Amino acid sequence: MSDNLILSPNLDHADGFFDALARAHDGLEKSSSDALNARLIFLLANHIGDNEVLDEALKAAQTSGHQR
Amino acid sequence: MSKIFDVPLYAYTRSPDQDAATPVRHPVVIIGAGPVGLATAIDLAQQGIKTVILDDNDRVSFGSRAICFAKRPLEIMDRLGCGERLVERGVQWDTGKVFFDTRQVYEFSLTEEEGHKNPAFINLQQYTFEQVLVERIREMQADGAPIEIRGRNKVEAIGQHEDHVKLEVETPEGSYTLEAEWLVACDGANSPTRRMLGLDFDGQVFEDNFLIADVVMKADFPSERWFWFDPPFNRGQSALLHKQPDNVWRIDLQLGRDIDKEREKRPENVMTRLKAMLGDEAEFDLEWVSIYTFQCCRMERFRHGRTLFAGDSAHQVSPFGARGANSGLQDADNIAWKLKLVLDGKAPETLMDSYNTERAYGADENILNSTRSTEFITPKSEMSRILRDAVLDLSAHHAFAQPLVNSGRLSVPCTYDGSMLNSADALAAPDLTRPGSPCPDAPLGEDHLLSKLGNDFTLLTIDADAPDSFEEDGVTATRLALSVRDDPTLTLKRQYLGDAPAGVYLIRPDQHVAARREAFDEPHFRAALRRATGKE
Repeated sequence: MSDNLILSPNLDHADGFFDALARAHDGLEKSSSDALNARLIFLLANHIGDNEVLDEALKAAQTSGHQR
Repeated sequence: MSKIFDVPLYAYTRSPDQDAATPVRHPVVIIGAGPVGLATAIDLAQQGIKTVILDDNDRVSFGSRAICFAKRPLEIMDRLGCGERLVERGVQWDTGKVFFDTRQVYEFSLTEEEGHKNPAFINLQQYTFEQVLVERIREMQADGAPIEIRGRNKVEAIGQHEDHVKLEVETPEGSYTLEAEWLVACDGANSPTRRMLGLDFDGQVFEDNFLIADVVMKADFPSERWFWFDPPFNRGQSALLHKQPDNVWRIDLQLGRDIDKEREKRPENVMTRLKAMLGDEAEFDLEWVSIYTFQCCRMERFRHGRTLFAGDSAHQVSPFGARGANSGLQDADNIAWKLKLVLDGKAPETLMDSYNTERAYGADENILNSTRSTEFITPKSEMSRILRDAVLDLSAHHAFAQPLVNSGRLSVPCTYDGSMLNSADALAAPDLTRPGSPCPDAPLGEDHLLSKLGNDFTLLTIDADAPDSFEEDGVTATRLALSVRDDPTLTLKRQYLGDAPAGVYLIRPDQHVAARREAFDEPHFRAALRRATGKE
């Protein structure tokens, strides 16, 4: 059995990480920003590795968008 | 152009069947003398089943077409008596390089399995493959084998009956009627047989066009597979370079969706593209050019009464992964022994339904893999291109991303998990050899394991006792007694026993495992043999 996707607060430095992520996109064209995000997704996904956790994360992302 | 295209290999000659007062009925008629039809015929005739191949042409196929033959099909061809000749004539390769834009992002090696007789892959033009199989048929005929190829015999109409199929065959000297107890349609992706029987061929059509060219080159490129994503010489598209024998190189260039095919095919336009790819100083001649699109689809069922569909007539995949001809040859491997048992009255006709179940399972696996490769190579949306390019960029820096790069998942043999012919696994040994698996090869002194398996049922015992043979309802399994000591490299032990001290395997005529157990338990293996022949 794998561990479940962690959905409670787990970041060491929440504000710091948000800031670093936003700043990484400073001055980038939209296409470079998209590419950066995509690379980041694969790096994080590989770190997680566990397919069940990744599936849960994908579902959580799909179902938590702003409803218009 | 090479002469092989120009010479009739099986010229039309009048058959006595054309002068018969009533239609002659043959046990098996095969439509199509391509790789799959020829292999099916050799397999049947090798086992004494009279087989007639009909082809509307009289020579090998034009252009290189299928060029990558994987290990499992080579093992099958070994069983059919021509594997070594194919390997001798083919080019072996084991290195692939992947380029993105102007740089190489990574390189991979096909790992050779130690102790296996055949290489992971050879590259060989389809026409040479066909030529070798026709040579094999000529040898068999000289030895009196019941096999015949009828060139320029075009099937114009098919009538399905309860216990036979009736064919109207057109020849240069008029038409005649022929009957077959079983018909095997190996007549390609556009199968006229499928059309004549009004059967559907459903799946996903891909709209990208690909230019395929064979060039004869003096340059000394290594025997490697080179794949480019978005190269400067073919912006936004992909390209593939692959070596064939006789200094012929296969080049595949993705052209995109809405193109002018006639314009792209003109030699001057092709040459411009190739020069951009190979460099101005490269010296080469254009041997063959074609533009293709493809689809990933299959028939719902590969058996319709007494007609069986095999190869591209039954299923089609994208070319990425070399899963077309390679899977067709596995169809042939699956059909022949079953037809033999049914024709000999030793198995019920329903055994042929297992051909459909097992090979449709294989086709689904191939379609899934080749569809995923196609999606990676030709992204359908902006975001899928962004994700694809992210993987390629990462792969140049980090090993983790390399398995995500999909330039074609190369053909591997199918394990028939869940087949009704399998008995439940009763040996704690590696998964690699579980029921349904094709037997992996192993060295036995000067010889190899696979050369001792096949054509009939084998009871392989490894450090276990069993009778020399046993018969169940007309079908015999003959013992092959081995010990782990027969293979000092321990490949046999590693693949077939793992930590188990001993093992007994029931192996089908197509070298797939039907059942396995720690010791010979007679009722168990009798039941397994019944099950493997469609009687349980």
